[in-house]
Amino acid sequence: MKMSVENQSIIEKLDLLGCIQCGRCTGGCPVTVRTNLNVRRFVYDAYQASLEDLMEELAQYSEIWDCTGCHTCAVRCPKGLKPVEVLYSLRNQIVESGKVEPTVRDALESVFLEGNPWGKPKATRFDWMEGLEVKTAEEGQEVEYLFYVCCSVAYDPKLQVVAQNMVKILEKAGVDYAFLGEEESCCGSEVQALGEEELFMEVQEENVELFSSYPAKKIVTLSPHCLSALKKYEGLEAEVIHYTQLLAELIDEGKLSWEGEFPKKVVYHDPCYLGKQNEVYDEPRQVLKSVPGIELTEFDRSRERSLCCEGGGGKMWVETESQQERLAETRARNAKELEAQVIVCACPFCILTLDDAVKAVGYEEEMEVMEITEILGKVL
Amino acid sequence: MSEKPRVGVYVCHCGINIAATVNVEEVVEFASRLPGVTVVRNYAYMCSDPGQQLVREDIENENLNRIVVASCSPRMHEITFRRTLQDAGLNPYYLEMANIREHCSWVHPDSEEATPKAKKLVSAAVSKARMLEPLEEKEVDSERTAMVIGGGIAGIQSALDIADAGYQVYLVEKSPSVGGRMAQLDKTFPTLDCSACIMTPKMVDVANHPNIELMTYSEVEEVNGFIGNFEVKVRKKARYVDIDKCNGCGECADNCRVKNRIPNEFDANVGKRSAIYLPFPQAVPAKFTVDPDHCLYLTKGKCGKGPKCQEVCGTGAIDFEQQDEEVEVKVGAIIVATGFDTFDPSNKPEYGYQDYPNVITGLEMERLVAASGPTGGELLIGEGENARKPKKVAFIQCVGSRDASVGNEYCSRVCCMYTAKQAHLIKEKIPDAEVTVYYMDVRAFGKGFEEFYDRVRREGIRYIRGNPSEIFKKDDKLIVKVEDTLTATPREDEADLVVLAVGLEPRQDARGVIDLLRLSQTSDRFFMEAHPKLYPVDTSTDGVFLAGCAQGPKDIPDTVAQAKGAAASAMIPLSRGKVKVEAQTAEVNEATCRGCGFCTEVCPYSAIELKTINWFGHEVNVAEVNEALCKGCGTCSAACLSNSIQPRSFRDSQIMPQIAALGVKS
Ligand SMILES: Cc1cc2nc3c(=O)[nH]c(=O)nc-3n(C[C@H](O)[C@H](O)[C@H](O)COP(=O)(O)OP(=O)(O)OC[C@H]3O[C@@H](n4cnc5c(N)ncnc54)[C@H](O)[C@@H]3O)c2cc1C
Ligand code: SF4
Ligand code: SF4
Repeated sequence: MKMSVENQSIIEKLDLLGCIQCGRCTGGCPVTVRTNLNVRRFVYDAYQASLEDLMEELAQYSEIWDCTGCHTCAVRCPKGLKPVEVLYSLRNQIVESGKVEPTVRDALESVFLEGNPWGKPKATRFDWMEGLEVKTAEEGQEVEYLFYVCCSVAYDPKLQVVAQNMVKILEKAGVDYAFLGEEESCCGSEVQALGEEELFMEVQEENVELFSSYPAKKIVTLSPHCLSALKKYEGLEAEVIHYTQLLAELIDEGKLSWEGEFPKKVVYHDPCYLGKQNEVYDEPRQVLKSVPGIELTEFDRSRERSLCCEGGGGKMWVETESQQERLAETRARNAKELEAQVIVCACPFCILTLDDAVKAVGYEEEMEVMEITEILGKVL
Repeated sequence: MSEKPRVGVYVCHCGINIAATVNVEEVVEFASRLPGVTVVRNYAYMCSDPGQQLVREDIENENLNRIVVASCSPRMHEITFRRTLQDAGLNPYYLEMANIREHCSWVHPDSEEATPKAKKLVSAAVSKARMLEPLEEKEVDSERTAMVIGGGIAGIQSALDIADAGYQVYLVEKSPSVGGRMAQLDKTFPTLDCSACIMTPKMVDVANHPNIELMTYSEVEEVNGFIGNFEVKVRKKARYVDIDKCNGCGECADNCRVKNRIPNEFDANVGKRSAIYLPFPQAVPAKFTVDPDHCLYLTKGKCGKGPKCQEVCGTGAIDFEQQDEEVEVKVGAIIVATGFDTFDPSNKPEYGYQDYPNVITGLEMERLVAASGPTGGELLIGEGENARKPKKVAFIQCVGSRDASVGNEYCSRVCCMYTAKQAHLIKEKIPDAEVTVYYMDVRAFGKGFEEFYDRVRREGIRYIRGNPSEIFKKDDKLIVKVEDTLTATPREDEADLVVLAVGLEPRQDARGVIDLLRLSQTSDRFFMEAHPKLYPVDTSTDGVFLAGCAQGPKDIPDTVAQAKGAAASAMIPLSRGKVKVEAQTAEVNEATCRGCGFCTEVCPYSAIELKTINWFGHEVNVAEVNEALCKGCGTCSAACLSNSIQPRSFRDSQIMPQIAALGVKS
């Protein structure tokens, strides 16, 4: 039997023959408690499927859509595989065949047409700036920190405050910053997770070009999802960091301090895209600890062992069918056991899923879900 | 060297290793037309006795005075063929090898590329061979003493063998006692011998042997010289205890003001000791040592009204004025037996070792089940009133081994079996405990290992095939998050004690030993042997040998076997009393040397010094090579601006024709 070049390259690209079937990927996968997803099986089966040209058949298993893109499997794999990418390439089979869920189709189309997955018009991307003096980047003029606002932050009324507070914080610290202006568009993180690799490549190309006309020492993202995507971009020269990294540095250098107090017990939830994928664990905690009056506690499952909230991997547009409790709900219950008044987070998707979960389990009276910048906004 | 070169060329088939890719006949035909070539032959295996006989006969009958063997790497057989020349009465340095195997047939897929390349390599070798000169192999006296660095079971065994053969041995151990890791173990797989019972007698032998000078709490500071003639500086660290006076009674430790407050490294830090201590009851020597990092008197300058230990010592052995002592010894050979460290599982934070006291390492487990351990062999979890026997014990294999995510791609070779052993010991102590071993492959390759694994399973130890990914806590139970890969079932299993089968790593301070002895490392960072198969105990430094886990993870039987091998090899120069020195050394042309000293700076073996000579009435500096130290590496020659220093057999006049024959234009 002769293998096609394409299938051969899948085997090589995903290093399918490197797998020793140890099970660490599935063992670590957070969603196995509520879905049938067994990512190790897909790594195993993808080899044979590649040989026999049956990838499209393998892609029919609906659990490939249960993956949250947390990358726990990739972090834990002892042989350097990225099992999650096997699932993404199976999703790619479905996307290419055009038989995707309408929600997914709409999101992808919206990225293509409007530069965001939320079906919002391009023209309103900067509505969040209204009433604020925001420095925007000028072509060819280098700034120290160029800010990249996530689509969700830009459009979601609950999240716009993240960007707005960020502007206030930057003004207070007096750093040389700029926001991107009209031309900003989706980073493609979720596009890639949904299996639309081609569109991701296009997005990447456009963004790399965009960044080359707005030079910066560092690009600062508000969302860890943008951070992960931008870091993957080929040809992007500037260093990309998450805003908590910048704030921790400013606080450390004494350039930023707080007036007010936030006398509440908070628990920090590590976003998978920030922690597991980019190993940013200490900075968000450093920032929180700098807030007067705050009492910071920790989940048992924190840092490298943090429990995924199921917000990534394109899951905003694909519902998981399951009788079992959502992981974000488990998270809310754990927070309650700790008597935390606030679950604080540094990722827009985590905020949305955790906020839903807190309501679903009926804690909204006693517990808030807040982005770090929301707390900072109260002590500015 | 006026006689005309008469070159014999011998093309080897190496079975089909060469002949399948290189057209040997064509190469032979080609070689026969090269200038100076008198005889060309080919043979299936040149290294075999009939192959060598061909060379010997031709030297005799055809009056050959240069030999080219086109076969494998000179690393493989240069010495073999030099001996062939010598047997036939020809100077062995009239040999040149053309490597048409590793450099040719093995790397080119077809004869289209391989054959022309083989021709070039042969032609180059002939060009150089014509220019070779005879060299003299010198010998110098060798010291009939050896040094062993590291007093674990490997070092102990090597030292005993050499000493029993009648040679003096210096055994240098960094810690206060010999014994190494094996002394920390409870019982040993697969036979379940009590480790202390088989170890202690050897430790005592080492201390009492008339031919062994034991230097504990000591470190090698400097090594100079070469095989047969190493000069080694050893620092004996101050113990602050006069070992001649100390009788090991222990009054001092009982009365120490920080008694039971300092983690005992010997107990893998699960037990506590005083600042003056004997690491374990069977320690050799049975003498106390003051820990300078924790002793109040030494760190703060004050311990109550005066050091308690000094007050109670009946023999007046404690001496806070004691200083480090430096000694220098001369030895003919050195064995490195510095052993291993265990993997630190906080580098795999998903297992929660840093967060949960009931997640422990295999080495900690050894101390907890050992009768001589801090709990007297009673295995308990929880503190004080909560202390209880664990009912569910989980073992996780391959922690820090076979794992690219922590940079250790190798298998540690002992963890499968020590896990089986520890599982058995728990079952023995707590028969109703549920014991589960999570594994990805069980490697039971040694003598009696598979049988032991069979036995342990039948005792009721549950083996689940899946390597756990995470440990977290639900209520007060640990949860092991894992997939049973045989049934493709993700599980969250409860446990009240989790034992991580941590792998073996090179010693943290291995770098120091590498620098001292110019050792190399393999990609796993353990010390590299000279050849993985044929010189498994030798190193790239002549006269320096390896034993035990310093060379790579291994169990005790393999460690002891290798230690005996290293001892036997180290005794070769000791018993001959002489060592050969490199003949292909650098030579200085005093007429052109400007005495700039560049070569002295670059020589990695410190083999060159400047000397003053009288040059037609003028005092001038010139370089001088110490032939005993020179390895002929040629670094000096590359640095010399006036071409005044050249390695014999690699002179410009010899290698330029060789390079030219390869078709390189100068
Ligand atoms: C948890 C565990 C359980 C095990 N159980 C078994 C078992 O049941 N059966 C079995 O066959 N094997 C077992 N092993 C393997 C066994 O421990 C090793 O095979 C053995 O200890 C190797 O001995 P070694 O002398 O090479 O090294 P080590 O025991 O490490 O000895 C090295 C010695 O060198 C000293 N040293 C280090 N650096 C220097 C220096 N620079 N200068 C001077 N001295 C230095 C050290 O202090 C130490 O005393 C187990 C290993 C572990 C980790
Ligand atoms: S963790 Fe890696 S090696 Fe293990 S089963 Fe998954 S993909 Fe294979
Ligand atoms: S990325 Fe996360 S959710 Fe997806 S398969 Fe890997 S571990 Fe499971």
